[in-house]
Amino acid sequence: MNSPIEAIGLTPYLSIGAILLVLGVFGIFLNRKNVIIILMSIELILLSANINFVAFSAATGDLSGQVMTLFVLTIAAAESAIGLAIVTVYFRNRGSIEVDDITMMKG
Amino acid sequence: MMTQIVFYVFAAVLVLSATMVVSARNPVHSVLFLILAFFNAAGLFLIAGAEFLAMTLVIVYVGAVAVLFLFVVMMLDVNFTQMREGVQRYAPIGGVVGGVLFIELLMAFMHWRAATNIGQIAHLVPSSPTRTNTAALGDVIYTHYIFLFQACALVLLVAMIGAIVLTLRERPTGRRQNIDRQHDRMVADSLEMLQVPLGAGVDAQGGFLRPRESYDIAAVPGTYGTAAWSEAEARDADGTALVIKTPANGTKGEGDE
Repeated sequence: MNSPIEAIGLTPYLSIGAILLVLGVFGIFLNRKNVIIILMSIELILLSANINFVAFSAATGDLSGQVMTLFVLTIAAAESAIGLAIVTVYFRNRGSIEVDDITMMKG
Repeated sequence: MMTQIVFYVFAAVLVLSATMVVSARNPVHSVLFLILAFFNAAGLFLIAGAEFLAMTLVIVYVGAVAVLFLFVVMMLDVNFTQMREGVQRYAPIGGVVGGVLFIELLMAFMHWRAATNIGQIAHLVPSSPTRTNTAALGDVIYTHYIFLFQACALVLLVAMIGAIVLTLRERPTGRRQNIDRQHDRMVADSLEMLQVPLGAGVDAQGGFLRPRESYDIAAVPGTYGTAAWSEAEARDADGTALVIKTPANGTKGEGDE
């Protein structure tokens, strides 16, 4: 069942996961003003975590990793829904979605 | 060999599209590249033998989340070129942080090795060669992970309610349904039997649409079919006309009945 991953090996999968994680973090820094792209970068980071889960699950022959991936997918969907709702409300109130303006709340 | 070629094609497109997600000028292009990235990640999942997750990734992300992103990006009237002003300023910081993170990950890779007895350790859920991936996942989710599964359902419910509560707004001019008022409404409040002379029209009596003080009297529950209505019935027997009243107070709409 997991013969394809034996042909490839675990390391390429983990490398892809690492590259995606770095790209996601880089994207958060690069688009400091655009909340929507920051949310997309968070999706990329979660995707890299999912790739690691699936790779280890296939390499060890244990399904728990895939179950965890399913739960991570759920959380990511909920998070993006809430995040986009907040962005919409914020845009309705302020007329912009710049992250720098959010400091007016002052916690 | 074929598997490796397919893997590296998927991986290369995944990394390239992820790069485009964070660096595209137009956010719509970012979302489209995000969709491409998720498709290729689904391909990687397929190669790893996780068919169910690959299909779930396509359905959940391409079908729901990416459409949500596209919807919000297109709905908000944001000046996106102005948003990219700080890119040159923040690129060095982001490069440094990303580089440090990547070097740390590389160091972790170089000093990482799997346990030698990884084949013998007791697996919580061993994947069996006879079951398909979806069936095996179903066996696990509804037994070992049933509470986590239910917790996920709760998380989704909270997210749904939260998104609705956040974005729902009541407009002052909106006409919303008021069920109590609808139930309290009597026939006598909305119908009146008038004696209309033949050929004279109803203009002399004020026309069809006219407010009257008596229309505003709140209907008392339990009085259905009493005084006003039976009187009207009596007049109806004499051959009177049926006149539909206008809603008594037009601002609070009851027109949804």
